[in-house]
Amino acid sequence: MTMISHVLAASSLITAFAAVGILMWISGAISKYLTFGRIHGSAIAIMLGLVLAFFGGVATGGEKGVADLPALAGIGLMGGAMLRDFAIVATAFEVDVVHARKAGLIGAVALGLGTIVPFVLGVLVAAAFGYTDAESLTTIGAGAVTYIVGPVTGAAIGASSPVIALSIATGVFKAVIVMIGTPFVAKMIGLNNPRSAMVFGGLMGTVSGVSGGLAATDRRLVPYGALTATFHTGLGCLVAPSILYFTVRAIIGS
Amino acid sequence: MTISGVALLAICTLLGVLLGDLLGVVLGVKANVGGVGIAMMFLIAARLWLVRHGLLSHGLKIGVEFWGSFYIPIVVAMAAQQNVVAAAKGGPIVVIAGIGSVAVCFAMVALIGRLSSRVETMDEIEAREALEAAVPHFKSGRIG
Repeated sequence: MTMISHVLAASSLITAFAAVGILMWISGAISKYLTFGRIHGSAIAIMLGLVLAFFGGVATGGEKGVADLPALAGIGLMGGAMLRDFAIVATAFEVDVVHARKAGLIGAVALGLGTIVPFVLGVLVAAAFGYTDAESLTTIGAGAVTYIVGPVTGAAIGASSPVIALSIATGVFKAVIVMIGTPFVAKMIGLNNPRSAMVFGGLMGTVSGVSGGLAATDRRLVPYGALTATFHTGLGCLVAPSILYFTVRAIIGS
Repeated sequence: MTISGVALLAICTLLGVLLGDLLGVVLGVKANVGGVGIAMMFLIAARLWLVRHGLLSHGLKIGVEFWGSFYIPIVVAMAAQQNVVAAAKGGPIVVIAGIGSVAVCFAMVALIGRLSSRVETMDEIEAREALEAAVPHFKSGRIG
């Protein structure tokens, strides 16, 4: 037993790859068999990650979730700021500027609104719950944009870990509601043509939420929604820790 | 070469984070101002340049795309190391901000749809295309 934990701790990053991989397999199975594909496996995996962090925190009394367990310390490196920024930047490689033109003005308007409106709402909710510092308000607001923009913003402006955890949870919860809720409101919001799908993708953001929600509504709409949604994270990572952060700072005057 | 993709990504990331830090210093805040977003713009620009000059090799693509496809697992690892015990106190925020932002965004989709001119629905597009396909073409010299 000590030998096993020694090996796991010595190759901590490799252990983390294996642990996260297993977690993603389990999430994939839950997605397929328990939710019948309604909720994307990635959203379940992130939720499970948060749940494990909760139990890790309870078990060790530490502040870094499962990364406080010696055998799983590699999770700290794998999900740390360095590799996270690296991987998120890499997703921009799939952005094709030629395709961006297809979305046109209406896509750009939807993207802008899709970043600002959830952000303002998140900031207001955070303020209503008694957060007063610009860093926490901005991070929770950014979490309401997507679960990537939240932690990237939080790390960039120096928010605390509980606040970052809240922002991830908010973003994941948002993605899950989009996945489940879209088919029910599709008719009401006129989601039956490529243009409204592009507007939808720009406003909702989370690629997993948008593609999951549209797939359940009408598979043919998925590429149009994903087209604008792919720009969402990049735009959010650009404006949330800059313009939006400064706006919040200016308003609360700190 | 795969390493050229990984190196390109690394250079873009470093430049972006560096510029973000510099912006923070210039603006007088202890923060990285939009570094990840700036790095993404570098990468998009680099890709455009590579495509134009015909230098976008398969290996280079693999080097970047591997890391791109790795981001969900990394986000899972990131979620697993947060201080969730302390965050659990703020639980209702998650529910209210999540539901609120989705509801408002759904409403905006409907609003933008109503304000702009009517467009063909997916069913209409397919019906039209099916009709066009059903019209006989004479290109091959044979009828029907």
